[in-house]
Amino acid sequence: MELVVTDLAVERGGLTVLERLSFRLAAGEALILRGPNGVGKTTLLRTLAGLQPAVQGTISLPAESLTYGAHADGLKAVLTVRENLEFWAAIHGGGDVARAMADMNLTDLADRRAANLSAGQKRRLGLARLLVTGRPIWVLDEPTVSLDQASVALFGAVVRAHLTGGGMALLATHIDLGLPEARVLDLGPFRATSPQISSGRGFDEAFA
Amino acid sequence: MMSLLVRDLRLAFRAGGGFGLGLAFFLLVAVLVPLGVGPEGSTLAKIAPGILWVGALLACLLSLDRIFALDFEDGSLDLLATSPIPMEGVVAVKALAHWLVTGLALTLVSPVLGVLMNLPPAGFFWLVASLLAGTPALSVIGAFGAALTVGVKRGGLLLSLLVLPLYVPTLIFGAEVVKRGAQGAEVGTPLLLLAGITAGSVALLPFAAAAAIRVNLR
Repeated sequence: MELVVTDLAVERGGLTVLERLSFRLAAGEALILRGPNGVGKTTLLRTLAGLQPAVQGTISLPAESLTYGAHADGLKAVLTVRENLEFWAAIHGGGDVARAMADMNLTDLADRRAANLSAGQKRRLGLARLLVTGRPIWVLDEPTVSLDQASVALFGAVVRAHLTGGGMALLATHIDLGLPEARVLDLGPFRATSPQISSGRGFDEAFA
Repeated sequence: MMSLLVRDLRLAFRAGGGFGLGLAFFLLVAVLVPLGVGPEGSTLAKIAPGILWVGALLACLLSLDRIFALDFEDGSLDLLATSPIPMEGVVAVKALAHWLVTGLALTLVSPVLGVLMNLPPAGFFWLVASLLAGTPALSVIGAFGAALTVGVKRGGLLLSLLVLPLYVPTLIFGAEVVKRGAQGAEVGTPLLLLAGITAGSVALLPFAAAAAIRVNLR
């Protein structure tokens, strides 16, 4: 299994933000994306996740192999921690909810409503979702926001276990996750040199 | 997909969910109209089919913007878009959940409100039948409108303006079924047209709505 990105260009709001981007990620590898705010990290991750089309270039990865972790955790406030995880597990064909809760130190909070969790606890729940999807490629946007040091270490260990099990991870982050084996890709050099307005396609392509 | 339906129903019934909003509105219409129109039974009986259908339609409209907006705001829609369920399936399940908590509930309480509106006895069966045949179209058309406006701040107004014209055929034929049924006339033609609108919308609109969501998620 491999994620191969070739000569990729991505756009946000009609402006090309990154171009000529190529990299490859094999099973068991992690890639950390760095770059100043606004360089296009989130845009790149959303493009890889298939949420928006690439301007040019190709992304090749096995079908149904990727899960995306965004700034928002996709939690329902009126559901409990366990119900939230059970839902995502069921959607993805049944992951191990109890183990995911144990791995992210959520077992004691299992029956608490997500509305009553702290920001860091919500984040841990959002990250536990990755475990129940059973998908090998994790594409994560700032996964450690609002986590304390202990939780960052916990998350680092979870990512490492995922990599050891043959998974891959692509992380946009500014802080040190304690993953020395991870490669770092600085997006600065790939910033689009001549940001041109791409054609405003909007809804038109729904009719194409 | 079953788990998505179960989750949506659970969310609707828990505190802060949409269940009850449409029903309460429908009830208010049926209670207030007789008070406003006056106690003449014959006038009420005459306008009952139209008022009951307009009430049901507006009650449906009330909760439409919740179909996708909540999932969009908390990021679930992005995650559903990358999940194994096709977006068309997500739309269909969410429309079904919306129908179960509004359309079906409205259908079930409508006979009681028919009494308040002095609907002639012959009309009760056709009131339930027409709502049962017509309200699924309201939910699916509404889901399409909600998909078009997902991500638009305060999209509720735009959504209502988009969806109301599309609701008109359902309203006309639905009210016509009840009116003819109450008079003991033939109801076959409007009922078939009503069912046809529902069948067509259920078959086609999930695809259009899914395409709209994909565009809006960018």
